[in-house]
Amino acid sequence: MTSLSAALEVATATHSGMVRSHNEDSMAADADAGMAVLADGMGGYNAGEVASGIAVELIRTELKAALEGRAPEELNGQGAEQLIVEKTGRANNAIYQAAQSQPQFSGMGTTLVVAVWCDNRMSVGHVGDSRLYRLRGEVLEQITRDHSLLQEQIDSGMITREQARHSQNKNLVTRAVGIDPEVETEVHTYPVQPGDMFLLCSDGLSDMVTDEDIQLTLSSLAANLPLAAQQLVQQANDNGGRDNISVILVRVTQDFAARTGMLDKLKAWFR
Amino acid sequence: MAKLILSLDGSVIREIPLNKDRVTIGRKPQNDIPIENLAVSGEHACIVTILDDSFLEDLGSTNGTLVNGNPIKKHILQNNDVIEIGKYKIKYVVEAGTAAAAPADDFERTMVMRSPVKPAAPAPKPAAPAAPPPTPRPITPAAPPPPAAATMPKPAPTPATPASAPVPAPAAAPRPASPAEPQPLAALQILTGAVAGKEIELVKNLTTLGKPGVQVAVITRRPQGYFLTHVEGASFPVVNGKALDAQARQLNDHDVIELAGVKMEFFVKR
Repeated sequence: MTSLSAALEVATATHSGMVRSHNEDSMAADADAGMAVLADGMGGYNAGEVASGIAVELIRTELKAALEGRAPEELNGQGAEQLIVEKTGRANNAIYQAAQSQPQFSGMGTTLVVAVWCDNRMSVGHVGDSRLYRLRGEVLEQITRDHSLLQEQIDSGMITREQARHSQNKNLVTRAVGIDPEVETEVHTYPVQPGDMFLLCSDGLSDMVTDEDIQLTLSSLAANLPLAAQQLVQQANDNGGRDNISVILVRVTQDFAARTGMLDKLKAWFR
Repeated sequence: MAKLILSLDGSVIREIPLNKDRVTIGRKPQNDIPIENLAVSGEHACIVTILDDSFLEDLGSTNGTLVNGNPIKKHILQNNDVIEIGKYKIKYVVEAGTAAAAPADDFERTMVMRSPVKPAAPAPKPAAPAAPPPTPRPITPAAPPPPAAATMPKPAPTPATPASAPVPAPAAAPRPASPAEPQPLAALQILTGAVAGKEIELVKNLTTLGKPGVQVAVITRRPQGYFLTHVEGASFPVVNGKALDAQARQLNDHDVIELAGVKMEFFVKR
């Protein structure tokens, strides 16, 4: 496993917003290991923070260890997807067990989005309505599709995207980590190009800032990633900041193909 | 719960509570809201209600359905929308009564809807211990895929379940508010260099200035005003002769900005 810190630039920002008293989002990003994870917890009292905290901490440590223990060729596509599913399942167990054993955590859960970069690809897994977007050139694209009632209504043609902006059912997710003994994680793998910028965010951003403004911010401030992250949070707060806002930005600065020439394979063989 | 108020020529005929998932409107007597008038089609329109949202759909009627004067095929009803079918008017009203007690904050929290069609877990499911019982109100939308029994996974601090809470008031509805009052339009006038005299209107929320790779700054339009922030480059922009640091600086009318060797003046247009 080679370090990806030369190829990936990372910035994060989080804020509890203008309405909520505490921040139930958790996140971690590691350019070296090539991974990012973001979770938006839910549950009474502090349980939301606990759930998102468990998910991020467990996935961060276990995924990092697993990524470091494997050769890049084991990780392209399916390997990374399996790891994401496996670690999300472990987080689900941990949260579910904690919720079962301690009454104050009963029913807690969290949404999740996890991304792994390896060998010029990115694998992303998600549960619920935390999202991953990609800016390629000037085009912003939402890569993940929410597991939410609203998204299902859009898919079934009942309402349009524009109408969805005014819906009052924004906050109903159809999947979450930690509320059932099993979790179904949706995972996909995409090719990556130098210059691509990825945004992982909680619904506190995507509900408050339009895709056009997200696109404008990412494309105009690509040269200063921390400023771009802060700007996104600031815009969500300027628009009302009704929920916690968390963003992770990952910019691909150069090619990060795994070396898979004959010589490298031979070396790996003898190692 | 929302209701409909049916009226003709300004006089109220009846009120209809939206207590069914699907309410049909038409000339035929089997409709939930029958309207005896030749301008109304047999099956004219229907209203599907899911949780707090009601959707109006025209069922291919001959004379069409208007909402607030505009013809629609499908429409998400907002409080006080007026539906017109023939000469009849139907007002959609969200009652602020019952669940106004639920704090707005609680109402907006993310919740999970569990779908019963989900692959069953192998372990016997201890149906969410200590969690409140499923919401009494059955939620079985007619059209969309998930006939979901919504349960709230959190130990509800209040008995009122947000899932069944109507919006207290339209003002409290969770929607992305565009900045309340738009900023007065401002612009930059280039004072020096090749394009001296040129004016740049700051119409976007973000406007970048300078040369990429050399020196770039951004002007952001916020509810509080316009702010200048350094983005990249070794040297920082200068405002009225003083260099900025990494912090954003609010711009005042007639501030002079120097950036990448070009002077420009910031001014408010109106």
